[in-house]
Amino acid sequence: MSRIGVFLCHCGENIAGTVDPGKVVEAANRIPGVVHSIDYKYMCSDPGQSLIREAIKEKGLTGVIVAACSPRMHEPTFRRVCAESGLNAFLCEMANVREHCSWVHEKSELTTAKAIDLVRIMVEKAKRNRPLFPIKVPVTKTALVLGGGIAGIQASLDIANAGHKVILVERDPSIGGHMAQLSETFPTLDCSQCILTPRMVEVAQHPNITLHTYSELESVDGFIGNFKVKIRKKARGIDEKLCTGCGVCAQKCPLKKIPSEFNAAMGMRTAIYTPFPQAVPNKPVIDKKRCTYYLKGKCKACEKACPAEAIRFDQPDEIIEVETGAIVCTTGFEVLSTEFFPEYGYGKYKDVINGLQFERLASASGPTLGAIRRPSDGKEPETVVFIACAGSRDPAKGIEYCSKICCMYTAKHAMLYKHKVHQGTPYVFYMDIRAGGKMYEEFVRRAIEEDGVKYIRGRVSRIYEQDGKLIVKGADTLLGAQPVEIEADLVVLATAMVANSGAEELAKKIHVSYDSYHFLAEAHPKLRPVETNTAGIFLAGACQAPRDIPETVAQASGAASKVAALFSADELSREPVIAVVHRTAPPIFSICEGCFMCEQACPFQAIEREEIKTRDGKLIKVVAKVNPGVCQGCGTCVALCRAKALDLQGFSNEQVYAEVMAV
Amino acid sequence: MLSQARPGSKGRPLADRLREFTGESAAKCYQCGKCSAGCPLAAEMDFPPSQILRMLQLGFPTLEAKAIASLSIWLCLTCETCLARCPQEVDLPKIMEFLREESLREKKFHPQAKEIIAFHRAFLDSVQAAGRLYEIGLIADYKARSRHLFQDVLVAPKLFWRGKLKLFPHLIKDRSNISRIFSKTLGKKEPSG
Amino acid sequence: MKLGYFPGCSLQGSAGEFDESLQAIAPALGLELIEIPDWSCCGASAAHNLNRLLALALPARTLALAERAGFREVLVPCSACYSRLILTRHELEQDEGLRRQVSEIIGMEYQGTVRVLNILEVMGQIFQDGLKGKITKPFEHPVACYYGCLLVRPPKVVQFDRPEDPRTMDELMKKIGAEPIDWAFKVECCGAGFSISRTDLVAKLSSKILADAQRRGAEAIIVACPMCHANLDMRQEKAEKWAGKKYSMPVLYLTQAIGLALGLPEKKLALHQHLVPVSFPVKAKPAAKAKAETASQPAGQSEE
Repeated sequence: MSRIGVFLCHCGENIAGTVDPGKVVEAANRIPGVVHSIDYKYMCSDPGQSLIREAIKEKGLTGVIVAACSPRMHEPTFRRVCAESGLNAFLCEMANVREHCSWVHEKSELTTAKAIDLVRIMVEKAKRNRPLFPIKVPVTKTALVLGGGIAGIQASLDIANAGHKVILVERDPSIGGHMAQLSETFPTLDCSQCILTPRMVEVAQHPNITLHTYSELESVDGFIGNFKVKIRKKARGIDEKLCTGCGVCAQKCPLKKIPSEFNAAMGMRTAIYTPFPQAVPNKPVIDKKRCTYYLKGKCKACEKACPAEAIRFDQPDEIIEVETGAIVCTTGFEVLSTEFFPEYGYGKYKDVINGLQFERLASASGPTLGAIRRPSDGKEPETVVFIACAGSRDPAKGIEYCSKICCMYTAKHAMLYKHKVHQGTPYVFYMDIRAGGKMYEEFVRRAIEEDGVKYIRGRVSRIYEQDGKLIVKGADTLLGAQPVEIEADLVVLATAMVANSGAEELAKKIHVSYDSYHFLAEAHPKLRPVETNTAGIFLAGACQAPRDIPETVAQASGAASKVAALFSADELSREPVIAVVHRTAPPIFSICEGCFMCEQACPFQAIEREEIKTRDGKLIKVVAKVNPGVCQGCGTCVALCRAKALDLQGFSNEQVYAEVMAV
Repeated sequence: MLSQARPGSKGRPLADRLREFTGESAAKCYQCGKCSAGCPLAAEMDFPPSQILRMLQLGFPTLEAKAIASLSIWLCLTCETCLARCPQEVDLPKIMEFLREESLREKKFHPQAKEIIAFHRAFLDSVQAAGRLYEIGLIADYKARSRHLFQDVLVAPKLFWRGKLKLFPHLIKDRSNISRIFSKTLGKKEPSG
Repeated sequence: MKLGYFPGCSLQGSAGEFDESLQAIAPALGLELIEIPDWSCCGASAAHNLNRLLALALPARTLALAERAGFREVLVPCSACYSRLILTRHELEQDEGLRRQVSEIIGMEYQGTVRVLNILEVMGQIFQDGLKGKITKPFEHPVACYYGCLLVRPPKVVQFDRPEDPRTMDELMKKIGAEPIDWAFKVECCGAGFSISRTDLVAKLSSKILADAQRRGAEAIIVACPMCHANLDMRQEKAEKWAGKKYSMPVLYLTQAIGLALGLPEKKLALHQHLVPVSFPVKAKPAAKAKAETASQPAGQSEE
C-alpha cells in the first residue's frame, strides 16, 4: 500500500496568490494513498526541504509529490532531498501548479480546483512508480570545436591545456576568423594580429589539438559523452604533407584580380591562394569556382611552378569520422550586406565602405599597409563620415537588435583615422553611444575630447556623389533636427552583425535551437549561458548574439570549463527514463515476437537484437534489446510495438493511463 | 517651462487620438532624425518633421498646441521620402495629414499657411462645382482668396497662348454625386478661407 | 493592350501635351485607351491636405465607376492621380470598415477589383516585346530620367521598381536611343502641389534638380508627372532667377520623347506647349539626326 506525501509550495505569491493552499492540502489529504499533506512558503528553501526529509522518515513515505514549479526548475533539487532521506530519487514527482496553473489563470475556485487535479494526477502516477537507478555511460574525452575564430581558438586551447584532446574544425582555409582581419582593438588599441597570431600558432602546435581547416561538419549522431561526428575535409587541391607553403604557386597564378575575402574585397588575391601571410596552416587552397583549370580544363601554371610537386587537381573531398564526448560551437557571425540600404549607395559608390573594409584599410597587413586611402582613387580622405547603426536597430530594412560592437569600433575607426591623417576631420552620425564595458566610455570620450572626432546625433537620410565628393545628408537632432550636409571623401557604414548564413542548417545538424535571427540559443539566458538544450553541446561567441572580443573570450573559457567538468569523470550518469523490453521467466522469456519494427522506428539506433539460447547454445528466439546508453526515452518504439513488449521506465503505459483516469 | 498639466477637462493626449484615427503610434519614433535629414523642406519649416513628432510623444498640451499651430504641417509635400526611409516605418505623411485636420478643426493654423490653405480650398471648390478641376477658375479664386493678384501675370498669358489653360470648365454628368461626397465628408460648404 | 483610362484634370488642362502625346503614340504601340465614364477629380493634394475622408472618397468614386464599366486595369498617367488612386486602393484594402464607410459616402459599392497602373509600368510592358522596327528617329540625347516622388513611394504601397534608384524609365529611354545619365536627383521632390501657392519653394527645389541634370550633361529632363513638369518647365524661369544662372533645360514627358523616336511630328506631340523650348545643341558628328527635331525653336526664346 502506497504512503504518499504531498508538499505544496506557495512560491511566495506566485502560487499562493491565485491558488488557495489550504484547500489544496485538505483535498490532497483525502486522496486515497496520501498519508501526509502540508504547504509551505518556499519548499525549495532549507526549511522546506527539511519538511520533506522529516516526513519521509517519520511517516515512512513511499512516494513524494512536490506541487510547485516546473520540474525543469527544481526536480533535481527535490529528488536529491528524497535520495538523501533514503527514498529512491525516482519515487519523487512534481506537480506543476505554477506554470501550468497559477501563472496562467486568474485567482478563482476553478484555479484551485485545477491545482487539486494536477496533484491527484501525480499521486496516481506516483502510486505506480518503481525505484529506478541512473544509467552509467562512458565519456569519450575528446572535444569537437566548430569554428576557428577567437572563440574556437580560446576554447580549444583551454580544453587542450586541461589535458583533453580537441578536434578543431574550421570552414575557411585558415583559422583566425574575423579577429585576424581587425586592425587595432578597442579600448586598448593593441594590434589584433599581434595578440591573435601567437595563439593561432599555439593551436597548430599543441599536441592535444588536431586541426582540420577548410573542413565542414557533415553530421552528428549520438549523445553527450558519445557523439559520432563526420567531418568533410574539402579538397584543397594540394598535398598538405608535401606543400612547404613557399607561395610560388600563387605568384605564378595568372588570375590576380579576385576580390580577397580576407581583405573584405579591398584587395585582390589569386585563384590558388593563402588567405593572408600569417595563415595557419600556411598552406594554399585552390578556389575551384574561379580557377581556370577547373573551369576550362587548362592552365596548370601552379602545378608547373610548384617545387614540391604538391598540386593535386583531382584530390577528392575526404570524410573523417571521429568520436567525441562534447561539442563546442563557435561559428561566429557575418557582416550584414549593405545593399538593402540603397539610399546610402553602398555598391554603387566605391568610397562607401563597411566597417570591416575600414579595418582592412587601417590594418598594417592590409592592402594599403595601414595607410587610409579611399578605394576610388587612392587619395587620402580629408573628411570621413562614419555612420553608426547602418542596418542595426532598423526594423524596416535591417535588423531590430543593436549589434553592440559598432559604437565602440566606430569610435576606434574615427580615432585611428585621426591618428593616421592628422589634418583630417572625422564625423560620426549616431543615435546613442552604447559604451557599457570596462574602459569603453572613457575610450569614446577620448575620441571626442582628445582626437577631435565630431559626433552628430542623427541618422543619415541619403548619400550621393557629386564632383568626386560624397554628399552626406543628415540632421543634428541636438540642434532642433536641423538638416546637416557634409561633403565627405569616404563614408564608413557601421554595418550590423548577423548570424552566419548557414547557422540554421548547422543548428539542425547538431540539434540545437535558434532564435528568430538565427542566432543559436543558450539553455538559459542568465544561468546557463554557454550550454544548449542538448546535453554535451556548448556555445561561445558571436554565433549566439553580437559580442565583442573580451566577452567572446570569456564565454569560450566558460564553455571550455564546462567541457573540462564533463570530462573530469570517466562515466556519466544518465536518467533511467529509457525503453525496456519485457522479460520473464522461461519458457516464455519475453512476449517480444521479434518483428523489429522498433529497430526501424528508433531515431537513435538504440535497438539491438538479443539471441536467447539454451545452456548448450541452441537458439530459442531473437528478441529486441534496448541499449541503455543510446536510448533517449522518446517512446516511439513503445507506441509502435504490437506485442506491447516495450515500455518506458518512469512513464509506463500503466502510469499514463492512471494519470488520465485521475482527471 | 514645460509641464504635463492638462488644464480643465481639455481632452486626451493628441497621440491617443492620432492612434485612434490613423493607427499610427507616436511612441514608435526613436528620434533618429532621418526624416528631418531627408525632408526636402525641413530647412524651411519652423520645426523639422522629427521635432513635430517629438511634440506628440510626451503628451504635454503646450507642445501639442505648438505642433498644431506649426507651419511645418502645411509645408509637408507628402513626397513620402520620410516614410520610405524611416527605420521604424512611422507614417509621417499620415500624421501630418491628421495634424492639418486638427489644425483646421481647432482653427489654430499658422498665419503663413493661409495661402496654402486658400489654394487647397479654391481647388476643392472648383472640384465641388464641376466634378473636375477648372484651372483658370482655380487661379482666379486663389488670387482672390490669397490677394496675390499679380502673381504669375507674366506666366499666365504664355500658358494661355500655348493652349495650356482652357477657358471653360469640364462638367461631369453626375454632379449630384460629387455634392453628396462633399457634404458627407467636409460637411456643409467650408467657410471661405 | 486594352486599358481603362483615367486622364485626370491636369491632362485635360495645363498638361494637355501629356494626354495629346500619349494619344498620339498609342496606335503605334498597340495601346487602346478607354476613358472611365464620368470620372471625377482625384482630389489631389488639396483633398488630403484638408480632409482624409474626402481624399479617399474622390478616388474611390472613379475606381468604383471603373469597376462598373468592367475594367480590370486602369492606366493613370498623371503620377499625382496615380498616387491618390493607389493609396486609396491600399487603404481601403487594409480596412474593411473604411471601405464600407467610403462606399456609403460615394453611394456606390467600391470593391477594389481594379488594378491601378502608372505610365512606366504600361510602357515597360509594351517595350518588353521590343519596338525595333518602329523607332525611326532614335532620340539620341543624354537625358536625365526624373521619377519624382509618387511613382516609387511609399515603396510598400506602390511596389514598383527600386525606390531609391529606379531603372524603368532609364531602360525605356535606352530603347528609344537615348542615353540616360546617372544622376542624384531621380526621386527628389520638386515641390509638387506648391506650383501656385509657394512658388518660392518650388523654385528652390526645382533649381537643385535642374542644376544636377545640367552639371551631368543632360540635354533634357524626362518626366512622367504634370506637377513635375509644371515645376521644372513652367517654373524654370523662376528657378533660374533664384539660382542666378541659366538652365535652358527642355523638360519632356516620356510620351513625347517616345513620340519623337517613333517619328511623329512635333505638333502632334504638342511640344510647342512648353515654356522652355524643346531644342538640343547641334551635334558635331553624324548627319542623320542633325536635322532632327533640334532647332525648331531658337534657344533664345525662353527669355521672352
